[in-house]
Formats: sequence, structure tokens, C-alpha cells
Amino acid sequence: MWDYTEKVKDHFFHPRNVGLVEEADGVGEVGSLACGDALKLTFKLDDDERIREIKFQTFGCGSAIAASSALTEIVKNKTLAEAEKVTNQDIADYLGGLPEQKMHCSVMGREALQAAIENYRTGETSKRELEGEVICSCFGVTDKEIEAVVRENNLTTVEQVTNYCKAGGGCGGCHSDIQDIIDRVGRPMSPVTPKPAEAAVTSAAARQLTNIQKIRLIEQTLDEQVRPALQADGGDLELIDVVGNRVIVALRGMCAQCQVAGFTMAEVVEKKLREFVSSDLVVLEEKDT
Amino acid sequence: MDNNATSRVADEVIQEMMPYFTESYGNASSMHSFGGVLRHKIDRAREQVAELLGCETEEIVFSSGGTESDNTAIRGVLESFPDRRHIVTTRVEHPAVRTTCRLLQRKGYRLTELVVDSKGQINLDELREVVTNETALVTIMYANNETGVIFPVEEIAGIVKGAGSVFHCDAVQAAGKLPVDLKKTPIDLLSLSGHKLHGPKGVGVLYIRKGTRFAPQMVGGHQEFGKRAGTENVAGIIGVGKACELASKCMKEDNKRVKELRDRLEGKLLEKCPDARVNGDRRNRLPNTTNISFEYIEGEAILLQLDRLGICASSGSACTSGSLEPSHVLRAMGVPFTAVHGSIRFSLSRYNSQEEIEYVILKMPPIITYLRSLSPFSAEHDATVKSPEDRKQELSLD
Repeated sequence: MWDYTEKVKDHFFHPRNVGLVEEADGVGEVGSLACGDALKLTFKLDDDERIREIKFQTFGCGSAIAASSALTEIVKNKTLAEAEKVTNQDIADYLGGLPEQKMHCSVMGREALQAAIENYRTGETSKRELEGEVICSCFGVTDKEIEAVVRENNLTTVEQVTNYCKAGGGCGGCHSDIQDIIDRVGRPMSPVTPKPAEAAVTSAAARQLTNIQKIRLIEQTLDEQVRPALQADGGDLELIDVVGNRVIVALRGMCAQCQVAGFTMAEVVEKKLREFVSSDLVVLEEKDT
Repeated sequence: MDNNATSRVADEVIQEMMPYFTESYGNASSMHSFGGVLRHKIDRAREQVAELLGCETEEIVFSSGGTESDNTAIRGVLESFPDRRHIVTTRVEHPAVRTTCRLLQRKGYRLTELVVDSKGQINLDELREVVTNETALVTIMYANNETGVIFPVEEIAGIVKGAGSVFHCDAVQAAGKLPVDLKKTPIDLLSLSGHKLHGPKGVGVLYIRKGTRFAPQMVGGHQEFGKRAGTENVAGIIGVGKACELASKCMKEDNKRVKELRDRLEGKLLEKCPDARVNGDRRNRLPNTTNISFEYIEGEAILLQLDRLGICASSGSACTSGSLEPSHVLRAMGVPFTAVHGSIRFSLSRYNSQEEIEYVILKMPPIITYLRSLSPFSAEHDATVKSPEDRKQELSLD
């Protein structure tokens, strides 16, 4: 069971501002039934572009509903210029935090707000237009969206990006693209994982490994630690190459078609390799052709 | 109402077990009467289990639970047939079987996973086709944990034996809920778990039919006829024995009552909640299980609302599992993603009361209505909210 804060529970059990604003000035819709969560946001403005009324409708889990409710409370009575500055982290903070794997719920809130503001400005009545290039085709996430969550939340791993915006949580085929975005956006900062002390110890150990030793250790770790877990999801993986600290693997079997294997890969493969081989390893996926 | 996850330990079982945690803590293998007397208690438990399953006491091996029994059965048989490299199972097995089989596939075994239809049932003709004398083992569950769908184990056993292969059956959900008679049904190995039938956790049973070739997977002791080494979990074994005795005694009566409760719960929920559907074959299910999908809402949200009212259930939704992946069983049945996300399983036991059922019938429909009132989707504009892309994605996800 998820460990939700009292504030999350409060907003889930007593959501504020539910419904649709009539004759709304802005409408924003994100998500879909297939994805497992979706949010429709509508607002009405004062004469001075202040949000007078805002309502939401959400299909999703407890934290998705709580995040939507929190968002409406945060931006109510704010001017559009102020509302635009609200980040997903603001939503999470307002709720006293969200489980890491549920952070995408807060991102959905911010995206719906942006879509609604965009809708007000451009007068577009259709669903939000995709800005930028679609990186994760499983969940329809663009490079702009990934950049935004990486920047706003100082994300450093593909796994975190998946937690925050679902990108990479499907087939996993976009992991290297996501890594590129992280590298591009990433400011010099200490990574969240692993902890500096551990990193010092293990990378010191890693330096003593020859390439052959490292590859053998990676193979062994994949065999013993990773494959059994991956096979629980009906798939398998193959080690393609090791280039520096980059481990290139390919998904096989059911995993190759599975839309969520990528999540498992970030969660299991990279974590285990960092634990057993070297903390600086980055796992990249080569798409099976 | 989540008894397929685990069940309440019967008072009678606890009473039986208690002395063996306190004054009578001996080792049944000891050459003194302090420990030695426990041998008789274990023998008695073996009789109680054998009676429930309709088999002989020497065919009962106690283990640490359903998962160990499944793992041991599969590996133990394969090791005895080194020349046969083919395993047959289904897409809807419990992870204890599914993961083991897939691990063995990785080690070079050929694995056939039978598909199921929309009712959750396998096709026996397909089984006939795939089982050959190359097949080391067929492992198929007695009844599914998520939907309660019962597999035709007698026919399966007949087909497997006809082809000269070995049949293991994971009966963790069926034991104590369905009459099992191993004298009539030629199952070679069968797993059951203590805590699913009002016994304690940490103890299970592996039935191994006499004459079945099997290599022990836990060695280093003579216990359990040399088939499972390790000092006996005396209290646990006594507990599961008592639980089996109670099941033998109460099953018929319990089932009648539990089925009435389940049917009333299911019928009323379907009646009061539009856009709800039962997952799995309604005419061929465990009497205690119902798995219902409520469209347009998400399972975790339903569970949280139920939990606040003290109602325990489970869901096949992705959000409850911590991954983005919803139930493999419902997906194998071709249940649309939209319905998998909103699936709720209730699984009852002899300890559920009519009052509890009425309480859920009273409380659940408003929760569904309420959550739908939060949702941007509904039956009326279902056709309009789904863009062609969404529809396409749904199809490709199946």
C-alpha cells in the first residue's frame, strides 16, 4: 500500500473544485483511459486575467485525484502570469510530498494547466497541441515535456523521468533519447543516487576492474540478479556492449513488445548493475530490429 | 474480503498450534521422548491433509508454503527427466509458477504458455497438440487467484497422462474451496498453501504421487521421506493439518453459504453500478471469488475509498502494483485496458457475514458513482473522448 501523506488523503477524500466551469475561458485535457490516468481542467478568468474559478475532472488513482485538487487550490485567484510559474514540485510540496513513483500525477496537473492556459491564449478548442518531438510514443511524451520535468525537478536518471512523466515506462525504446535529454539539460550537480560515500567506495573498486572483468561481472549480475526478475514479466535481455560506463542491452522475448518493460529495466537493471558492478554505470537500450 | 490474498487463521487452528510454541518445542527427529512425541502429531497432520486431498499419507510433503511447493515441484520433476526439455503452462499462472518456468526457459528449456479465451479458459485441443513425449512437465493451476476461474483438471490430467508426461497442479486457491480427490484425478504433483485455507503462513504442502520421479530440491536431512530436508515446522504443520481437517468438514456447507454471499454481492453491485462487468467465466468459478471491472474509474482510487470504510479488496490496476503494468491475467483474457484499470476482486471466506456483504452493497455503488463524477470519462461521451490515437493505442496494447 502506498504511503500517502494526510494532505494527499484529505485531497483525495475531499477533493476541491470538482467539475466543469461553464463557459470556460480555458480548457486543458491530458492523458487517456488507456494510460490509466487523465485530467480535464477548466477555468474562468476575471477581467485582469486572474483565475476566478477553476475546476477539474480526473480519471486515475488516489494521488492523481489529490494532485488535481491541490493544483486547483494553488492557482485559484492567481493571475495567469503567476499560475504559469507553478511547477509540479509545487503541487507535490503542497501535498506534503508524493511517493516517487507517483510524481507523474503532479506533472499531469502542471501539464493540464499549461494546456488550459494555451487554450485560452490561442483559442484552440482541440486537445493540447503537442509541442516538440514525441520521444516516448507509448505514452505520447515529447522532448519539451521531458526537458521540463528534468529541469524543474533536477532529475538525473531515466527511472526518475519515468516516475515523473511516464516517458520510458512503456517499451523502453526511448531510454537512450531520455538519457540524452538528461545529459543536455543536466546542470552539474550531485546525483541523487547513489549516495556520495557509496559512490566513492564502489567507483574506487570499479577502477580496479579491467574491461574484461567488468564485462564478466556485468554478465554475472544480469544472470543472477536481473534476468529472474525480468522473466517475471515474460521477457529477457541480452548484453550487447559495454562502452566506458555505458552498458548497452537489448530486450528480448515478451519484453521486446511489452509496453512497460522499460520501467522494469530502469528500476531493476540499472539499479542492480550499480549495486553489484559500479555505481557510475548507465544502462542504454538497443532496440531490437 | 480479500481471502485469496490471505485468510484468517481459524481459532481451532491456533488452539492446536499454541502448545508447540511454548512447552512442547522439541525436535521431532530427536531420540528422546520430549521431541519424539511430536512425530505422532506430524503423522496426524499428514493424515488430515491426505484426507482432504484423497491421497495417502506418504504422498504428503510439508514445505514452507505454496511458492516453495510450486518451485520444488517444477524443478524436482525436470531434474528427473534430463532428456525432456519442454514445459507446458498457461499465461495466467501465479508468479511462483510463471517466473520459475520462464527462468527455466532462459536456461534452455522450451516453454509453451497456453493462451486463455475471454472467459479465462484454456483450449484443451491446444493442450493435446502441444503435449508430447518430449514434454517433461505440464503445470497448470486448479483455479485462478484473480478471477477464480476453474480449470478442467481431470481432463488436463487425462491428456497429460495419455501423452506420457507429468502433471503438476498449483491448487493453492482451490484446496479447501473445491473437493479434490486425487484417487480419481491423476494429478502427479499438487501444491497447497496453509494460509489460504485458514491455516498459518509459512507452511504448505507438496503432494507427490507414488511412483512419480522427483529429485529433492532441499537436501541435508532425512525429513519428509527425504524429499524435503530441514527440521519440521512442527506448529505450522500441526496448524495446516487442522486447517485441512476443518476444510474437509466444513467445505460443503461453507461453499453453499459463501457462494450465496458472493452471488448476492456480485448481483447487487452489477445491478446498482452501470458499466460494470464480471471478468472470468461466471458459471465455472470458485464460489468465493468475484472480479468486477468498473469502467471509467481507476482501481486504486476505489480501494482507497473502500479501505477508509474498513473494506479490504484488491485490484488488477497498475497503480496498486507499483509498476505501470496492470494484471497479466486480465490482459491475457483480452480485457480492455480501460476495464483492467478499474478491476476489483472480492474474495470471501467462511468468516464473512451477511452484514458485511450488505455493508459493501450499500457503500460501494455511491463510491463508484462518486469517482465517476470526478472522471472526465463516462458512457455518454465515451465515443467522443477517445481520439483515434487513443483507440489505436488501446488496441496495440492488447
